[in-house]
Amino acid sequence: MEFLKSLVELTLFDYLRQVWGNAAWVEVVLDIIGVVVVSTFCLLVVVFLIWLERKVIARIQDRIGPNRVGGKYGLLQTVADVLKLLSKESFTPADADKPAYNAAPFLIVISALLMWAVLPFAPGVVGVDLNIGLFYILSVSSISVVSLLLAGWGSNNKYALLGAFRSVAQLVSYEVPMILSLVVPILLARSMSTQDIIGAQLVAPFMFVVPLSAIIFFISSLAETGRTPFDLLEAESEIVAGFHTEYSGMKFGMFFLAEFMSTLFMSGLFAVVYWGGWSLPILNMILSLFGVTPIDLSVIAFGRLIGLVVFFVKMFAVYFVYIWIRGTLPRVRVDQLLNFNWKFLVPLTLVLVLVVAVVDKLIPAEMGVLGRAAIHLMTNLLIGFGTIEVLRQSARRKRLLVEEVETAVSHHDDHGHGDHGHDDHGDHAMHGADVVAAH
Amino acid sequence: MAEQIIFVILAVLTIGSALAVVTNRNLFRSALALMVTFLGVAGFYVLLEAGFLAASQLLVYIGAISILIIFAIMMTRRMMQTSEASFNAQWGLGLFAAMVVLVILGFVIGNYWPLAPADMFLQTRTPVSDAVIENSVVELGKAIVSPNAFVLPFELASILLLAALIGSIVVAWPPQEENEA
Repeated sequence: MEFLKSLVELTLFDYLRQVWGNAAWVEVVLDIIGVVVVSTFCLLVVVFLIWLERKVIARIQDRIGPNRVGGKYGLLQTVADVLKLLSKESFTPADADKPAYNAAPFLIVISALLMWAVLPFAPGVVGVDLNIGLFYILSVSSISVVSLLLAGWGSNNKYALLGAFRSVAQLVSYEVPMILSLVVPILLARSMSTQDIIGAQLVAPFMFVVPLSAIIFFISSLAETGRTPFDLLEAESEIVAGFHTEYSGMKFGMFFLAEFMSTLFMSGLFAVVYWGGWSLPILNMILSLFGVTPIDLSVIAFGRLIGLVVFFVKMFAVYFVYIWIRGTLPRVRVDQLLNFNWKFLVPLTLVLVLVVAVVDKLIPAEMGVLGRAAIHLMTNLLIGFGTIEVLRQSARRKRLLVEEVETAVSHHDDHGHGDHGHDDHGDHAMHGADVVAAH
Repeated sequence: MAEQIIFVILAVLTIGSALAVVTNRNLFRSALALMVTFLGVAGFYVLLEAGFLAASQLLVYIGAISILIIFAIMMTRRMMQTSEASFNAQWGLGLFAAMVVLVILGFVIGNYWPLAPADMFLQTRTPVSDAVIENSVVELGKAIVSPNAFVLPFELASILLLAALIGSIVVAWPPQEENEA
């Protein structure tokens, strides 16, 4: 029994340390093993993710999706696709800037892989527990912008360059609300370390404490990974395929790979920062309402295994929402994208950060975790409803203005040419909008 | 020993790419080389165990400033032009400024020379304690807003940035007459 327990308590690394001793080279070898295991997981899981995405999107659109290769569910479809991509010619356009063209796919995969270093999978199972964890993620992910520019400029193609312009404008803009919304959980946890942030959510997950910050983070993570409704970087109907127009074979495959890896990473990050990662905050919340001490997975038996399963369930639940949104929403226009960010998300997030900081300072220390959470939730809901009310007012004002002008125009039309004064209502609305714009 | 080797590699990378910035005839490639220079500086911060500074360097200089520079190049110059003649004749002035900086740096370093006792050459330095590193971000944050430390420079920098922000809005604002028409 004691032996079995030690098997569960020990990680593979502890076991190897016991066998090999404490020499300096052991740590280096263990680090290399860790890097290889995590990166291999990231690269292989994409094969599954692509299958999942195609299957779920197919069900949403009332199709069957992949169903031939690899049995009834088409499980091996992506394996076949990957083999096809790997066996294709590695082609470089004649007029491309070769160093830039060839470096871009590698850089984007590197930056997508580096982020996984600080993501905690289970209690104690994390690449490195940096004290600047979230900040590290943000700074590493900003490298991907560089690779998009390299790809767009290096392939010497106008559509690729247009796509790169769009993607940089989008990524750089949406980085602002993303960073600001992450400041809120950092404030509440008093730390940027991913492990400490999970530790701060043992009772109340931040999803129920600061839902507004969670929503803003989710929207900007959609934009950061370039997924629908923000997939303007590769809008097929407008700019062929955006920055990767000139790429084929595995070089194209690497852009695809990086996109799926960073999307899964963003779901993992969302699960960690707002759903408590490997901990069971919802169960703990219910338990603590009845006065029972919360379960701490890092100390109980099988805790690591349970933690791993809990984390994966949460991560894929969030990932499913990403797919769901892709199957549901149309693409936004580029001006809508930027206006939404700079005129709505950024000011809202700034207000949110300020209010949360002040409220957190004002709450007396003896309130307890749940009381604190309740107060933060109330202020968040207040800000949320306040925002919706402000939006409603401004929309009503605009509508009234348009209607006013519309009636004036239709009167004018009646006098001018009576025979088609009432032909098309939509036409009048257009006139109205034009007049408003001219004003 | 390992640290010295990494330092030399980083130094070669940083200085080499900095040379590429000023000698390359293609502006886009110069901007890319500038990014490598910034990356090398971030590497120095990591070597000095200043993780927060390294991450800031990456986020601000590579993720934002270099991108801005590249955007400016792409928007204003003919971007597919592979080589470009220099468009001003200020290289003499530039050389003079660079020389002044070199002299000042040499003077400062010479004042403290030798930087370490001779018997410490190629030795491993005493490692910074984990507690200090773990706490560095908290201490930095406190120092920035503490009246006894850096609150005045911090606020001055904020005002400067705000002024730049307002200035850019004023510059980008469409002229009133055009708006009316």
